[in-house]
Amino acid sequence: MIEICIHGRGGQGAVIAGRLLAEAAHRSGRLVQAFPQFGVERRGAPVTAYVRIAEPGDAILPRCQILSPDHAIVLDPTLLAAGDVLAGLEPGGTVLVNTSRPVGSLPAPAGATVAGVDASAIALKHKLGSRAQPIVNTAILGAFASLTGIVTLDALIEAIHAALPASAEANVQAARDAHAAITRKEEEEKVA
Amino acid sequence: MTIAWTESRVLTGNEAVAEGVCLARVQTIAAYPITPQTQIVERLAEMVARGELAARFVNVESEHSAMAACFAAAAVGARTFTATSSQGLALMHEMLHWTAGARLPIVMANVNRALAPPWSVWADHTDALSQRDTGWMQVYAESNQEVLDSILLAYAVSERVLLPTMVNLDGFLLSHTAEPVEVYAGHRVDLFLPDFEAPYRLRPGEPRAFGGLADPGRYLEFRLRLQQAMARAAGVIEEEGARFAVAFGRGYGLLHAEMMEDAETVLMVVGSMATTARAAIAQLRREGRRVGLLRVRVMRPFPFGAIRRALRGARRVAVLDRNLSPGHHGILHAEVKSALFSEPARPSVSGYVLGLGGRDVRPEDIAGIVADVERREGGEDLIWWGTGAPPSEIPVPAERREALA
Repeated sequence: MIEICIHGRGGQGAVIAGRLLAEAAHRSGRLVQAFPQFGVERRGAPVTAYVRIAEPGDAILPRCQILSPDHAIVLDPTLLAAGDVLAGLEPGGTVLVNTSRPVGSLPAPAGATVAGVDASAIALKHKLGSRAQPIVNTAILGAFASLTGIVTLDALIEAIHAALPASAEANVQAARDAHAAITRKEEEEKVA
Repeated sequence: MTIAWTESRVLTGNEAVAEGVCLARVQTIAAYPITPQTQIVERLAEMVARGELAARFVNVESEHSAMAACFAAAAVGARTFTATSSQGLALMHEMLHWTAGARLPIVMANVNRALAPPWSVWADHTDALSQRDTGWMQVYAESNQEVLDSILLAYAVSERVLLPTMVNLDGFLLSHTAEPVEVYAGHRVDLFLPDFEAPYRLRPGEPRAFGGLADPGRYLEFRLRLQQAMARAAGVIEEEGARFAVAFGRGYGLLHAEMMEDAETVLMVVGSMATTARAAIAQLRREGRRVGLLRVRVMRPFPFGAIRRALRGARRVAVLDRNLSPGHHGILHAEVKSALFSEPARPSVSGYVLGLGGRDVRPEDIAGIVADVERREGGEDLIWWGTGAPPSEIPVPAERREALA
């Protein structure tokens, strides 16, 4: 079973991101569970969405929050400064951050695979959300598919078409762009 | 090629309720939105507006009015539905007695949520259990699949015994959690759940009265018949559950027992907590511990006989209550003890109150409770779990201790 936490702020689309990721995994025949942190959501306030994915013969049994995820997706890099969003990450886990800054500058637990993508810029390019608050969920999922291979880009695109029919085209383009634009920390170091 | 009669979709518990109501071809819906139930009302309103569900959607100004509208619709023989949660259910209380007493087979989804104050929107069973003496049957689902299935089963049972059913799903833990749900083809459901022909109903040419005056010479007999219907319902729930298994491949009963053969320690749970408990108990089983899981799916009619039979041979029972009757204990705990009182040899029973107001219940809590109850040979009626220090261990200043002694 794979456990994923998506950290964002109200309005960025973290909850929908969880749902899309589950939809995409379900389309490839796997068991899924997606739920938001059970809060009273407010624009700008920290929001966490949780996703569990398991192989068909397996089972998803816990119905509780994920404290030690295998993967963490961070929609707003300012959440990293608060310090606790990556606290429980499993050793060897993956961190994907929406950032315009070099990935090397990101704080991350030792041993974690760290990657970044400028999902805000990609979202704005496709007119998703406003300059003050771009909706970055589909972009960052495109990058997540590229980084981890947990879902394919094609499955993600199918899920976007099913869940967001009115704005599917822009969201699909954002996912495609981010899928191609991701930067991994090791690659960045190699270039440097 | 055969025509597929089921489709796997990723649905939240609230969406599963709406799909179940649509498949049941409900004719009248009257409901008022409240967190965390609101999406049920929104989804049903959409289904009616799009013509997917040929129902009359009655907008009302409160939950009390919602249930009053359901009373009227059910009294003319319509298949009727409403949904609510917590404070909304509390506001319905008077009408719950009216509809059960009038023997109207209304089905309601209640999204379990704590009662205020302090204000809370998170999972807690005290809202539904506060209504346990109204004459409504009460079912508690463990998964979103069971939510959808229980809506269909509720109509099948209610329309046979002429009692309303409340289908409960945990706020957020099910209502807002998306997971795969098999959604059946309508023609398949129609075979399981045909149109409802109400044996008693209001018709313009055939005057009757629902809820008329019963003088002291008659009232008691009405209550006796209500109780007889409840007693009959226990068997009907098992029968319809078995019929459902034939139709859809999944069976449901009053009580769901797992890993019970040779179990010395038994955990009793209600609702979505069972899934987390299964994870923990399966792990304890792998370590060779003799632990079993008993999920109470139906709280009314209360499955006295099934519980007695299931617990024969157990040494100790831990009852996990996501509810509290202040001044008493956890409600399931009290009822399990009353079920066991007539048994010549009975296990010790300990009551744990946990998860109130949506407090996270984790596999480690379940494992901790198993370890805890195995140290309590005599049983303990009220153990607060997950509050930090239990009340008995809160330090008392020396001068107070002397005064207390």
